[in-house]
Amino acid sequence: MKKWRLMTLLFLMALVLAGCGKPYLSTLQPAGEVAGKQLDLLIFSSLIMLFVIIVVVIVYVLVLVRFRRKKVGEDFIPKQVEGSHKLEVIWTVIPIILVLILSVPTILYTFEFGNVKGMEKVDQNGDKEALVVNVRANLYWWEFEYPDLGIVTSQDLVVPTDEKVYFNLISSDVKHSFWIPSIGGKMDTNTENTNTFYLEFDQSKADAAGNLFFGKCAELCGPSHAYMDFKVKAVSRDEFNQWATAMQNSTEEPTPTSDVALRGQELFQENNCFSCHATTANDERPAAARTAPNLADFGNRTKVAGILDHTKEDLKNWIQHPGEYKPGNKMYDENDFTEEELDALAEYLMGLKVQE
Amino acid sequence: MSSIAVKKGFGAILWEYLTTVDHKKIAHLYLMGGGFFFLVGGLEALLIRIQLLKPQNTFLSEQTFNEMFTMHGTTMIFLAAMPLLFAFMNAVVPLQIGARDVAFPFLNSLGFWLFFFGGVFLNLSWIFGSVPDAGWTSYATLSLASPGHGIDFYTLGLQISGFGTLISGINFLVTIINMRAPGMTFMRMPLFTWTTFIASTLILFAFPPLTVGIFFLMFDRLFGANFFDVAMGGNAVIWEHVFWIFGHPEVYILVLPAFGIFSEIIPTFSRKRLFGYSSMVFATVLIGFLGFMVWAHHMFTTGLGNVANAIFAVATMAIAVPTGIKIFNWLLTMWGGSIKISVPMLWSLGFIPTFVMGGVTGVMQGIAPLDYQLHDTYFIVAHFHYVILGGVVFAILAGLHFYWPKMWGTMLSEKIGYFTFVFFFIGFHLTFFIQHFLGLFGMPRRVATYLPGQGLELGNLISSIGAFMMAVGAISLVYNIIITVVKNKKVGNDPWGDGRTIEWAIPSPPPFYNFKQTPLVRGLDTYWIEKTEGKKELTPAEPLSDIHMPNNSFVPVVISFGLFVAAFGAMYNPLNQVGDGKSWALPMLIIGLLITFGSMLFRSIKDDHGYHIHKEDLMDDEGGESK
Repeated sequence: MKKWRLMTLLFLMALVLAGCGKPYLSTLQPAGEVAGKQLDLLIFSSLIMLFVIIVVVIVYVLVLVRFRRKKVGEDFIPKQVEGSHKLEVIWTVIPIILVLILSVPTILYTFEFGNVKGMEKVDQNGDKEALVVNVRANLYWWEFEYPDLGIVTSQDLVVPTDEKVYFNLISSDVKHSFWIPSIGGKMDTNTENTNTFYLEFDQSKADAAGNLFFGKCAELCGPSHAYMDFKVKAVSRDEFNQWATAMQNSTEEPTPTSDVALRGQELFQENNCFSCHATTANDERPAAARTAPNLADFGNRTKVAGILDHTKEDLKNWIQHPGEYKPGNKMYDENDFTEEELDALAEYLMGLKVQE
Repeated sequence: MSSIAVKKGFGAILWEYLTTVDHKKIAHLYLMGGGFFFLVGGLEALLIRIQLLKPQNTFLSEQTFNEMFTMHGTTMIFLAAMPLLFAFMNAVVPLQIGARDVAFPFLNSLGFWLFFFGGVFLNLSWIFGSVPDAGWTSYATLSLASPGHGIDFYTLGLQISGFGTLISGINFLVTIINMRAPGMTFMRMPLFTWTTFIASTLILFAFPPLTVGIFFLMFDRLFGANFFDVAMGGNAVIWEHVFWIFGHPEVYILVLPAFGIFSEIIPTFSRKRLFGYSSMVFATVLIGFLGFMVWAHHMFTTGLGNVANAIFAVATMAIAVPTGIKIFNWLLTMWGGSIKISVPMLWSLGFIPTFVMGGVTGVMQGIAPLDYQLHDTYFIVAHFHYVILGGVVFAILAGLHFYWPKMWGTMLSEKIGYFTFVFFFIGFHLTFFIQHFLGLFGMPRRVATYLPGQGLELGNLISSIGAFMMAVGAISLVYNIIITVVKNKKVGNDPWGDGRTIEWAIPSPPPFYNFKQTPLVRGLDTYWIEKTEGKKELTPAEPLSDIHMPNNSFVPVVISFGLFVAAFGAMYNPLNQVGDGKSWALPMLIIGLLITFGSMLFRSIKDDHGYHIHKEDLMDDEGGESK
């Protein structure tokens, strides 16, 4: 038992070294209202549970210290006690009280987090007051559609800070789960129904985390489940409006600025990439036809395929053999582009920007 | 059919085990079968931890990793934990209630062989190269999308072994209701018998939903049905409900017998009767009942709505109350006692703080709005390993040392037992404690790897080191078993010296008929009462007379084998989703079912009245070695 306690101590030291995780990923460093309240719940329930643990440990230690056979003698025959009504009532009633105490915030927060009435609110002009994002999960990428703004994008979710953002969640193939740990708890994307919830992104915390949060798929969805990441750019309302306007205005993709990029554009069309990948944000095809990530503003993305560094080299590797990075992806496993063709494609894709 | 012990050859012993209907021999079979699968599942766990040792490790491919944890979970729950608990139930429950065998010895054997062939079928997937890969929960959208026959091995294998479990559960229910010795009222039953009784009730109600769910999934994949196919109007969330309506009670099916084992060990090594016996029984019943009321807490993020989430959250937290009652009753049993720290007692003492830890994180996850963060992360992985390893596996290891003499007539080495405990216990906490924090740091569960720079490296490294320590502990246990078997040093009726219940009053292992005369039960802790009155034996409830015994039978093996054959036929039938139907499949399905139903018919029409052991033979027999 002593060794065990020593080990616990070592754990705690290791934890101090590791801190509380990374500010862009950890639920222990909340950067939004929902995650903040969930951390409060975690701490509150942990304290109550700590009380329970302490009581158990005290009795446990006393028992082991006082009633070992070495201590009470080899021939000692203990009194065969049947029980004690008083004690049993005590350790039934106190846990019931603790559970009742815990039930109050449980019920309150369940209804608070589940309140999506704000989604439907409209101003005098009949425009939606709050931002609504339709999230569509796919093997292994995320699509973010802003229905009221007419924007479709993917992999990088752009949201304004310090206001409630509402989400409609659905999946187009198998079940996934939408989770931005430092912003708030997850919600599954089912195949048969749309789930709704809201999150709020805190400006000051976003600044501290470099305005970029990590999002994850939390439900096992196949071999590349671990790679189904997305990123969240949390920016001020003004910046968000600028971005949205730029996206709305880019009804045609930017003209390639070099011959290499122009060659890339040709390749993109020759190889039929555009039949799945749209390159402008105003993709009006139905969701079922949007079978691959929208590439509008690709040049400003933070990652390639959600996981690789946003460099031409990584992009070329991804285009040539995506199967190595995301086994089971729906594009293809291998391709046989020449080095020159890869350069051209990368140059072209990196040039897809709606704003500088 | 003489009861005199004869040295038998290997072939004869093998045949004896293949045909036995004796609950003690079937306990041996469950122990060996479950133990084997436990080692397989443990090896899979070790491979998982090697893969997660460092970020972007390539030790296992992503697909193999998914297969590994799917098989780890499925094997540990269905093929290791449950059979090992059945081993103890079989070995102990009939003895504890003063019965000569279970109510249906033939069905008992059938239950084992169904489990065995189901388990073998499931694990053959490794050899066929397409392994289940959708997690032990096998959520319908993913399991329908899974290529290859992996999921079919899962559905068919679990279907077969699930029949076995259901049969065994019903058998124990009937046994405990009908076969108790005179004077053994319900409120005099030892706690292990009580928990077996409640767990069997849970099996009775929880396994049919699983059977139905797996049946649907099987038909979706093999025969073109569309129960879960959303495009065809099916509904995949229904699978989640059906699975967890089974899956949550399953947790209690495992943990209640575990509680029972601890409730036997703690009084024995404290020399004190169980504190608050009636409230322990009441708490067991209550946990069993509430266990059916909380399944949706596995689905808080599925989108069931606020009202459902709130109700299931409060119901979940309520289970903490009866569980807390149990913890304090165990502590107070030791209070004022005379505690001897033997190996079984050490596991029990390790269990209490570990299980409290698993219990409190369970309550935390019951808080639905908090669970939105914790669900499907490593926090959950930590929690259920604290409950299932810290509760069930610790109980199995405690029970293994405690009941080993009663099952085999020898004692496991105490010294190696301590060694096993130290490594396994420290390794366990090293592996899983840190995982709570990995989850809170944002690590989802079931990820084949993780990228560097997310603050997850150190925790995963510590966790993997712990897994190796547990492996050392497990290996020492295997070594312990081997040298104990080799030494073969026999022990007496009550090797622990402080046995309280009936099983310790008869030889170790008991003669094949258990009791020459059915004992008279004069109170709780029957044997303890007799001992305090200075007697060495139980008071008999009947004069010595002939004993009626069932004959051995090979039919259960044949029935189970038929289903095993039929499963291959079903898997390769021309309608299957994979599209590799074979022409021989349908005949094979029919032949397999014919074998099964034919042997059932054979069993039904053949008169088998068993045999009698005569009074004269009984008088000569000193017992000791079972036939």
